[in-house]
Amino acid sequence: MSERDVVVMEDLSRHFVVRRSVGRLRREKRLVRAVDRISFTVGKGECVGYIGANGAGKSTTIKMLTGILVPTSGRVRVCGLEPVRQRRELARRIGVVFGQRSQLWWDLPLAESFRLLAAIHRLPADRAAARLQRCVELLDLGPFLDTPVRQLSLGQRMRGEVTAALLHSPELLLLDEPTVGLDIVSKEALRSFLAAERAEAGTTILLTTHDLPDIERLSDRVVVVDDGRVVHTGTLSGLAAEAGVDRVLTVELTAPGGPLGDVPGTRLLSVEAGGLRQHLALTGSAAAAVAAVSARTELRDLTIAEPDIEDVVTRLYRAAAAARSSTVE
Amino acid sequence: MADTRVYAALLRAGMAGQATYRASFAVELFGTAMGMGLDFVEIFAVFHQVPSIAGLSFVEVVLVFAIASTGFSTADLLVGQSDVVIRHVRDGTFDVVLLRPLSVLGQLAAADVQLRRLGRVSVSLLLLVVVLVRLDLDWTPARAAMAVLAPIAATVVFGALFVAAGGIAFWVVDATEVTSALTYGSAYLAQWPTGVLTPVLARLFTFVIPAAFTGYLPALALLGKPDPTGLPDWLPWASPLAAVAAAVAAGLVWRSGVRHYVGAGG
Repeated sequence: MSERDVVVMEDLSRHFVVRRSVGRLRREKRLVRAVDRISFTVGKGECVGYIGANGAGKSTTIKMLTGILVPTSGRVRVCGLEPVRQRRELARRIGVVFGQRSQLWWDLPLAESFRLLAAIHRLPADRAAARLQRCVELLDLGPFLDTPVRQLSLGQRMRGEVTAALLHSPELLLLDEPTVGLDIVSKEALRSFLAAERAEAGTTILLTTHDLPDIERLSDRVVVVDDGRVVHTGTLSGLAAEAGVDRVLTVELTAPGGPLGDVPGTRLLSVEAGGLRQHLALTGSAAAAVAAVSARTELRDLTIAEPDIEDVVTRLYRAAAAARSSTVE
Repeated sequence: MADTRVYAALLRAGMAGQATYRASFAVELFGTAMGMGLDFVEIFAVFHQVPSIAGLSFVEVVLVFAIASTGFSTADLLVGQSDVVIRHVRDGTFDVVLLRPLSVLGQLAAADVQLRRLGRVSVSLLLLVVVLVRLDLDWTPARAAMAVLAPIAATVVFGALFVAAGGIAFWVVDATEVTSALTYGSAYLAQWPTGVLTPVLARLFTFVIPAAFTGYLPALALLGKPDPTGLPDWLPWASPLAAVAAAVAAGLVWRSGVRHYVGAGG
């Protein structure tokens, strides 16, 4: 662990005891390991995508990072602080967005919520105004600043939530499913904003999501959890490769051409319509591959098919399970 | 205290919704004042049958009632939302409260102050002033200080009961029955002289649930009368200290409640 790590988790576990009735009188206790000896760090300025299926332990981890939940065992440090013991101090230094839970005031206009949060974080008036101005511009909040939060659409509200989490310029931004339920335009607006915010302020981001494009757009690194354990850490393309699922770039050319078998960062999968349509598996960045293809021949259209996140995780988990059972034998 | 400004802002935000419906607010304000009037009628009815209760005359019992009622209604106005904690825990919005760099109790109190309860506060205070004037007490500096401190101490004791009830609510989510008995039950009892109870019960409502310190005992100090169940004569003067002790104990119960929530994850 270095001083530059904003988030440090060492063997972090959280168990829940679930009681349930068995028969008429007996009650059975069952131990659920929501998070099971997870270790990973997030460096300063890094953006890590924390992915996994529902119930994999993502939200439990986020709760332990924010001081809402005490770990059963292990060690956790966020911004050099102990989350539960130093909750209030930590709250000044992190921003949190729970996709499913609002931290805005339901009955008040959005602008009023921001005013309250600025007061809560004791922001000087000019700094709060400048900060808000930037968010209003980039996230296009202007048209509904005076609307009570309860009347906002989900997309509008999420833009408000992100602004609320960033108003005090936190060092670390924790995003729990920030794009869940949003339409494509809102998703894209949010992603661009977060990318710009990161580039400008160097904010460290840990985000959980179901949406691979979120990760692709924002993260340097992904951590995959399944059943409370880390099953993979690495880059997104590395993840897809390890799971044996491809991100497929389909190019349509203006004139039939020879097979594009040697484009860097790709592997040719198939050729259709006499070379008019070709499918390439991406092993590197999509942008570089597209640039390489268009340098060679004229493109009419292109699509990128992302592997489904659940699919990737399921495959990874099976692979991990298979590896475990083979080492046992 | 830069935080005072923050809580004031939260308070205004919490009240913004209530002032929106002016007509119903006025009715509710009147309603809380009426509720107190009904409690008062009960004292009238009892004194129609008996000349004195536990050695206290009608006006003297009204003094007990007025001190307790002022304390209860003020505490109810400020921290009377122990049921709100349960709602926050159930909705999961309690997590958001924990995400802010402020005290949990302060946020909850500021967010849910019920202005309509001002109705009862003002009527109780008025009654207290009237009865203090009517009683023609033997005023000493100590009694004057007690006259001012008694309603404040009563507010602190009832506030402690509400906060303790909120703390318990973290442990037992369906605790409304228990916590209401603790808060509203003590409030009802506190309006009457604890001296009418058997010595054992009187001690229970003095030393375990400090209801006697909210009206009866400070009234004895002001009136210069002894307690018929045999409590020492200095005890009534210790009401402000009892209030401090109750506040500390309630703070511990509340803290353990929040700890439990953080430990259990809701």
